[in-house]
Amino acid sequence: MKKAYIFVFGGSSTLLLSIFLLVVAPRLQMGVVQSEGVSVQEPYTEQQAMGRKIYIEYGCIYCHSQQVRDPVAGADESFGWGRPSVPSDYIYDQPHLMGTSRTGPDLSNVGSRQPSEEWHHLHLYDPRLLVEWSIMPRHAFLYQQRTGEKPADKALKVPETEDEWIIPSEEADALVAYLLALKRDAEPPQPAGEKTDE
Amino acid sequence: MDSQVAFLILTFAISVTGMAAFVVALIQKQVLVPPEAALAIFSDGEAGEPEPDRTSQMSKKWRELDRSARFPIMFFLVSSIIWLLLGSFLGLLASFKLHQPTLLDAYDFLSFGKVRTLHLNIIAYGWLSFAGLGLSLWLVPRIAKVPLRAGGVLTVAGVIWNIGVVLGCLGILHGYSDGLEWLEFWWPIDILLAVAGAMVAFPLFKTVLESKEKHLYVTLWYVLAAFIWFPVLFVIANTHFLHVGAQQAIANWWFAHNVLGLWVTPLGLGIIYYLLPKIIGHPVASYQLSLFGFWGLALFYSQVGGHHLIGSPLPTWLINLSIVMSVGMVVPVVTVAINHHVTAYRHFKVLKESVVLRFVVFGAMMYTLSSLQGCLHSSRTFNYVSHFTHWTVSHAHLGLYGFTTMVFFGGIYFAMPRLLGRDWTRPWLVNAHFWIAAIGVLIYTIALGIGGVFQGMALRDPAGSFQASVEVTLPYLIGRSFGGTMMLLSHLILAYNVGSLLWAGRRGRKEAA
Repeated sequence: MKKAYIFVFGGSSTLLLSIFLLVVAPRLQMGVVQSEGVSVQEPYTEQQAMGRKIYIEYGCIYCHSQQVRDPVAGADESFGWGRPSVPSDYIYDQPHLMGTSRTGPDLSNVGSRQPSEEWHHLHLYDPRLLVEWSIMPRHAFLYQQRTGEKPADKALKVPETEDEWIIPSEEADALVAYLLALKRDAEPPQPAGEKTDE
Repeated sequence: MDSQVAFLILTFAISVTGMAAFVVALIQKQVLVPPEAALAIFSDGEAGEPEPDRTSQMSKKWRELDRSARFPIMFFLVSSIIWLLLGSFLGLLASFKLHQPTLLDAYDFLSFGKVRTLHLNIIAYGWLSFAGLGLSLWLVPRIAKVPLRAGGVLTVAGVIWNIGVVLGCLGILHGYSDGLEWLEFWWPIDILLAVAGAMVAFPLFKTVLESKEKHLYVTLWYVLAAFIWFPVLFVIANTHFLHVGAQQAIANWWFAHNVLGLWVTPLGLGIIYYLLPKIIGHPVASYQLSLFGFWGLALFYSQVGGHHLIGSPLPTWLINLSIVMSVGMVVPVVTVAINHHVTAYRHFKVLKESVVLRFVVFGAMMYTLSSLQGCLHSSRTFNYVSHFTHWTVSHAHLGLYGFTTMVFFGGIYFAMPRLLGRDWTRPWLVNAHFWIAAIGVLIYTIALGIGGVFQGMALRDPAGSFQASVEVTLPYLIGRSFGGTMMLLSHLILAYNVGSLLWAGRRGRKEAA
């Protein structure tokens, strides 16, 4: 065990190097974007922030990314998902929800692409009512189902039915408010010297 | 800004100086380990012959060392199997939901997003951590050649860790999630896991410090290193207020890839480095190379996390660094591969006799495959296709199931009879477990890998549509569910085997009384 120091020394210095390069250095570089507050983004309202929590709770991130790639990397722009993302798009995002999967489409700009509140409610209630080929799960448990007369002001009629209605819960309203707030399509500010991955 | 640049240069200089000093020390001392050091895993007269299959033929020396660790290790291994059953059931449910989206969707706690999250966390912190820790701590007394110290602390740590995983899962069900992949457990629960982890380290270091061995076998290097690395990773990544905005993404993936690289992989490789030569009865082909591979892993693997963010708005230098390091992983992977495969190839006929060896050799092969796959898809050319697709999930399962889980299965089948002093009641079921799991995981990864490539090509086609990228994957998602069903079936066989081994002991004691 005399040589344990070499081991501990070597093990720690390799880890230290990785902490420095992958945590400390990006924090210093990208913290600048954060502190200058240069962003076209608005802070989230209370309801949108609650919707963000619902988005996390129901694991939307496991199928939907929130980062648009350069045309070199993918057909993101051709699909109408918006301009390539920049770091300042995320200054109010804690935790970040960039995602790593596109089992569903990118949602960076879903608020611009689909501004209809009703569409989002019906789509969350049962995606296949609106998008026949969708494999997204239903989130019907976020809605109350009623039949008969229109039960409340904010009740929505289920398409292709005579008298079926859904009433969004507070959670559903918040989630839709968050989705509608996802707009990262304005021309980004360019802080001096900022260079991002293509 | 200037002070930041100064800090940057200073930290860099410290790290590089440390590395340089370490390399010098390495050249002077450790590389010159005599080849006999590789024989440390054999007791007198054992080398040269395959490990006897019957526990009654075990040498007295190992029996005594195993006995010192029996209760805590059995507790860890049985816990791991319970988590495996639950975790793989949830994984299979999530898999079915992707091609049968209305399956069991009436309740929020069975929604895809929750089931998938539970699957990942239960497998990572329940199954893989418990099995990896249990097996490596079982090897500690065998390598240090002193009985396990403070076994009681280990048991208590296991209880706390179990409580932590249960609470973490309940939290996810009720919306208490940190929202970062691989870090979902709510942060107060992470404190519990950190405490339990520190308690596991106590018996480990106490036993190692009492060792009188001149050189500690390479397995222990991997285990000790994992214990230096993982706590630091876990604490830094879970201290969420340190990270902001887009930077949090890189901290997230630095951690998530290091769960594999600096936690599960060293434990899995350490176990292969022990079991493979032990069962065959001959030391690994080149012991010197194994130490070289160890330091290569430490240097390269710790910096690969950025390859999860190719194309994202993170700085180009950072992504490039991770790509270079990912490709650099070829070095340690090939050294480990030469060692494992040459050793296995020279004694291929032992594979016919030992099912445990079959698990270990299969695991070693999948380690080579999944690692080389990782080097390949970290390059931009390939990553532009594979990123955001099911390919990544296929790759994760090739690594965490094909490699680590299969090695842990082998470890459980080797360790449990030796810890308890009785043989498996139905050896053919152990063999059945191997074939069903091995074929299952191959179907899983091949189906999903091919589906992922088609999906990625559809996502790159500017003239195509997103719809095409969804529809092209459907047959492959069904194929994945088929492979997954086989994997779950094999876990039920494992549970039956372990249950009957424990039950046989109870019956044996009753008959004796």
